Amino acid sequence: MPNMSPNKVRMPEQEPELRNKNFNEVALGYTEQMAMEEAQRCLNCVNRPCVAGCPVNVQIPDFIKLIAEGKFEEAYWKIRETNNLPAICGRVCPQETQCEKVCIRARRGEPVGIGRLERFAADWYMANAKENSGKADGKAEKKNRKVAVIGSGPAGLTCAADLARVGYSVTIFEAFHDAGGVLIYGIPEFRLPKEIVREEVDTIKKLGVEIKTNMVIGKTLTLDELRKEGYEAIFIGTGAGLPSFLGIPGENLNGVYSANEFLTRVNLMKAYRFPEYDTPIKVGRRVAVIGAGNVAMDAARCAKRLGAEKVCIVYRRSEAEMPARQEEVHHAKEEGIEFKLLTNPIRVLGTDNGWVKGLKCIEMELGEPDSSGRRRPIAKAGTEHVIDVDNVIVAIGQTPNPLIASTTAGLETQKWGGIIVDEETCATSLEGVFAGGDAVTGAATVILAMGAGKKAAASIDKYLSQKAD
Amino acid sequence: MYRIVRKKVLNPTVKLIEVEAPYVARKAEPGQFIILRVNEKGERIPLTVADFDREKGTVTIIFQKVGKTTKLLGTLEEGDLILDFVGPLGKPTHLEGVKKAVVIGGGLGTAIAYPQAKKLYSLGAEVDIIAGFRNKDLIILEEELAKVCHRLFITTDDGSNGTKGFVSDILKELLDQGNRYDLAIAIGPLVMMKVVSNLTRPYGIKTIVSMNPIMIDGTGMCGGCRITVGGTTKFACVDGPDFDGHQVDFDEAIRRQSMYREEEKRSMEEHECKLGGGNNA
Repeated sequence: MPNMSPNKVRMPEQEPELRNKNFNEVALGYTEQMAMEEAQRCLNCVNRPCVAGCPVNVQIPDFIKLIAEGKFEEAYWKIRETNNLPAICGRVCPQETQCEKVCIRARRGEPVGIGRLERFAADWYMANAKENSGKADGKAEKKNRKVAVIGSGPAGLTCAADLARVGYSVTIFEAFHDAGGVLIYGIPEFRLPKEIVREEVDTIKKLGVEIKTNMVIGKTLTLDELRKEGYEAIFIGTGAGLPSFLGIPGENLNGVYSANEFLTRVNLMKAYRFPEYDTPIKVGRRVAVIGAGNVAMDAARCAKRLGAEKVCIVYRRSEAEMPARQEEVHHAKEEGIEFKLLTNPIRVLGTDNGWVKGLKCIEMELGEPDSSGRRRPIAKAGTEHVIDVDNVIVAIGQTPNPLIASTTAGLETQKWGGIIVDEETCATSLEGVFAGGDAVTGAATVILAMGAGKKAAASIDKYLSQKAD
Repeated sequence: MYRIVRKKVLNPTVKLIEVEAPYVARKAEPGQFIILRVNEKGERIPLTVADFDREKGTVTIIFQKVGKTTKLLGTLEEGDLILDFVGPLGKPTHLEGVKKAVVIGGGLGTAIAYPQAKKLYSLGAEVDIIAGFRNKDLIILEEELAKVCHRLFITTDDGSNGTKGFVSDILKELLDQGNRYDLAIAIGPLVMMKVVSNLTRPYGIKTIVSMNPIMIDGTGMCGGCRITVGGTTKFACVDGPDFDGHQVDFDEAIRRQSMYREEEKRSMEEHECKLGGGNNA
C-alpha cells in the first residue's frame, strides 16, 4: 500500500539559530526508516513524468521502488546508470522545477521527495557499501583514443565519466588546484560538503579519468596544443566564472567583493578557518549582498556564519522575481537574513580611508514586463536612502570566462561570451570541439550542466566513431 | 608537486628559487606571473616570472619575505616541493620596436624588471637601468643587470652604495640632462611607480608599470585584483599585469593593497608563535 500522506517525510535539519554560526551541513538527510516511508509515497505511475523532467533521465520510480523495498545499494546503482554525481544532485538540484514539479502526487499535496531520496541512496552507499561493494563500475574495453575535457565542474565531470565508461582515455584539465569547479569554489560547505564532492570526484577517477590540476587552458596550453598532444576531441566545460559588477561609483572601495571572490575565499580557500588556513576574509558587522539568486543567498548565509550581525539582500525587483530557489530563500530567512526588496543600489559610500561605510539606494516599483518577461523595476523619485554597511557583496551574475575563446581562432561566441553550439550535438564552430554547461548558457544549474555534459559525451562518441570509419 | 632545483639567497630578505614546472616554462614570457600555493592550508600568491629555461623546464621566481607565505617559501630548500604552481598568467610585455628605454626597478621590483631589460637589450634597444635599494646590503642582481644595459645606475636610500637617494632622483637628472626614451618601465613599490609615472608624464614618455595586487585565481574569476585605469575597471590578472602608468589610479591601488594588513599581521604572528613553541619543546 502506498503511503498516501499529502506531505513529504520531514528531513531533519540543524536549527536555524545553531546553524547560522557554523559551516556544517544544514540538512541532515533521511534515516533508513524515513527514506522507506517517503519512498512508499511514490505511486509508480504509468507515465513516469518525473523521468522526462530530469535533465539526465534518472529512472526515478525504479530507484525509489528499490528504496521502498530496503534495497539501498541497488537503488544507488539504478541512479548511477544515468547520473554520475547523485550525492551532489540530491543536494543542489532544483527538483521543484524539474522532476518533483511534474510528480503526480503534487496535484494533491507535496510531490514525492525525489531529491531527498536520491541523496539518501548516495549517502547510504558511501557510508555502507562503497568500501566493500561487490559491484563496481564496469570497465569498458579501452579504445586507446584521447579526449580532453576542460574544466572539472559538473559539465566536465559528467562528460568525462560518460566517455570513460565507453572506453575513451579522458584527461580533465582544471585551472584551480582542486577538482570540482563551482561545486568546490562556489557552493558552500553547509549546502554541499566538500568531502562529498571529493568522494564523487574519486568515483569518476576510478573510471579511469585523469585529472590534471593547475592547468589554465588558454594560457598554460592552448586548444591547438591539446590537439597536437593527440587529443582527438575536446569538451569545453569552463563554466561562467567572470563576475559582473554594477558599474556604480565606489565599487572598488575596500570591503566590496564580487560574490565569486567572497565565496572562493570561503569555500575553496577555507577562509572561514583563518588563521588555521592562510587565506583571510574581511567581514564586518553589517553586510549587504546585492542580487537575489542562489549565489546571493549563499554569500549572505556565509557572511552570517562569519559573524556579521546584520546581513541583508538588496534586490531591485520583488520577491516573486527572485531567481533563487525557494528553499534557499526560506533557509536564508530562517537564519536571519533580511530582504530589502524593490531597492536598487546607486553608490557605495566610503570612509576617508577608502573603506565601505554605506550603500546608497533608491526605492523601485514594478512596471511593464521587460525582455526577460519579468516586470521592469522603475526608480521612485525622491526615495534615495543609505543603508549602513561595512561590506558589499556583488552577486548579480557571472558570464563565461573569455580566456579560451580569446586564444582560440575560429571559436565562435555570443556577444556576452557564451560559446555558440549546435543544440543537438553541443558541437562548436570548430571541428572536434564541443562545449556545454554554463560556458554555453551563462550561469544556470548544476544539473543542466550535467545534462549538457552527457549530451556532449554521446555526440563526441558518435563523432569519434564516425571519424574512425 | 613542483620541485625546487636551485635556491639562492640574494639578500637578507630576498631569495631566488628555480622551480621545475615544464608547462609554465614552455610558455612564459617577461611580464607574466605565476600563482603558487606552498601547502594544503596555504594562500595562493602571485609572483612575477623572473626567468625561465624552456629546455630545462624551469621557472625562476624571486621573492621578498613580506608575510607568512613568503616566509614559509623562503624556508624551503633545493629538492623540496611546492604543492601548486600555475601559469604563465597575465599578458607578456610588448617590447618589440623599442629604440631607447629606461628600466627602473625599486627593491624587489628590480628582479621583475631584470627579464624586461634583458629582452629589450637582446632586441637591440639602448637600455638604461636605474635600480634602487634601501641600503647596500639589499642590493640584488647587480652583475646580471650590468650585462643587459648600456648604463646602470644604483641608488640607495641611505647612500651606503651608489648614489644616495631614490630612483626617481636619477631619472629626473637623466631627463633634465636631455635624455629621451621611447619607453620607460617602472617596477617596484606602488609609490615609486606613481612618482616615476608623474616624472615621465610631461615628457610624453610611454611608461609601463607592473601591478601586483591581491588576487586568488589569476584567471579573471574573482575580480579581487581590480584596479582603475583611465577611469575604467580592469582586472590586473587578465588585462595586465602591465598597464600604462599615466592612466593607473595609484592611490586606489595603494588603498586596496592594504585591505588585509591586520590579517596578514595576525597570520604571521600565529606562524611565529607556533615556530617559537616548537623551539621550546
